[in-house]
Amino acid sequence: MPDIRVTVDGVRYDDQVEARRLLVHHLRRLGKVGTPVGCDTSNCGACTVLMDGASVKSCTVLAVQADGAEIDTVEGMAADGRWHPLQTAFHRRHALQCGYCTPGMLMAAADLLRDNPAPSEDEVRGGLEGNLCRCTGYANIVAAVLDAAAEMRTPVGGGTA
Amino acid sequence: MIPAPFTYLRPDTLGAAVAALAADEEAKALAGGQSLIPLLRFRLAAPTTVVDLSGAEGLRGVREEGGAVRIGALTTHHEVARDPLVAEHCALLAMAARTVADPAVRHRGTLGGSLAHADPAADLPAAALALDAEMEVEGPDGARTVPAAEFFSDYLTTALEPGEVLAAVRVPKRTGWSFHYEKFSRTAQAWAIVGVAAAVRHRDGRVAEARIALANMGTVPVRAHEAEQACRDASGPEELRGAGALAGRAGSPPGDLHGGADYRRHLAGVLAGRALAEVVRS
Repeated sequence: MPDIRVTVDGVRYDDQVEARRLLVHHLRRLGKVGTPVGCDTSNCGACTVLMDGASVKSCTVLAVQADGAEIDTVEGMAADGRWHPLQTAFHRRHALQCGYCTPGMLMAAADLLRDNPAPSEDEVRGGLEGNLCRCTGYANIVAAVLDAAAEMRTPVGGGTA
Repeated sequence: MIPAPFTYLRPDTLGAAVAALAADEEAKALAGGQSLIPLLRFRLAAPTTVVDLSGAEGLRGVREEGGAVRIGALTTHHEVARDPLVAEHCALLAMAARTVADPAVRHRGTLGGSLAHADPAADLPAAALALDAEMEVEGPDGARTVPAAEFFSDYLTTALEPGEVLAAVRVPKRTGWSFHYEKFSRTAQAWAIVGVAAAVRHRDGRVAEARIALANMGTVPVRAHEAEQACRDASGPEELRGAGALAGRAGSPPGDLHGGADYRRHLAGVLAGRALAEVVRS
């Protein structure tokens, strides 16, 4: 079985894996169960993580393809006990109901904002194109991402933090 | 679902990848995996060996090569969409790449993977055909070049022989041409019900020469020759739409739950007209 080394949310893991193991299953076996298996058909985006900084659907990546990669999951989003502005905005804007799509939505949104810190509403919708939500109708998710983008462009507390 | 077991190889040269593919009849090449991994997961494909091309040097990136732009097969859709050489010389490819699936898929999916997979509903094969791209193929018997018009042979089938790998795509620079990719799909991130890739050389708002290729109007991407002829010297939205409407006569479109063959013919004509009007306006 191939040996792989994957860094997940800043922690290095060395493992032997079956070549056929999907990255999403590998993450969950490492205990990183914040990333759910969604549709298992590459459609829904619930399993979205960042691989070397770019969003990927972790059900459509083999664990062996992630050898040497840095993976960021939703579990690493909050830092020092503080939520990420996207998490705060999702909470404030009621950008979820059942929550199943939320980890993927947050990671896809993080990818979008890294690339485009001041997206238009259309650009947010385009950036979340591979992520399905069956509860919200998307309006609150889009509003939350726009809120978070604005907040991330402005230093917290008007620059006094 | 979980894929059936397979042996995984990641050779560090293209030659070793070709040898590994040639050594096992049931081997499959893995590029970005955005088509292959779903097939493995559904067990629609169960290769005994998967040869990951990502370790082989020289398969990624874009460079100028005389009158052409050479794009390594493992260049991702995301990279193609943003590449300055592609934008300057063959922007149609970038336009099509931007419409593939969604951002996460575009980060992993590759130009070569999409072309070699040859899904008739895919966007990039039609763009490659409209641009008259050439495929650089490496195989056990050496290298050869296959023009796009001969590369796509049937549903999910290309001219690649067992053991051969698509190494790069060479796209002729089209100075003075304008492009548009028009895609119709029912929902976000969906495949094209019909796609139209249009490359047009035009002067003073009048078409001098056009190359139009259609996605999902048959088992392979097809040229809309009648529409190409009809739009010569055409100008103005009405004339261009009239010429574009003839694109509906090309190919032999499938009927499925997204639409019947007649609907696709109608759609191809409308979309080609829009694409031509858009190009000439730009």
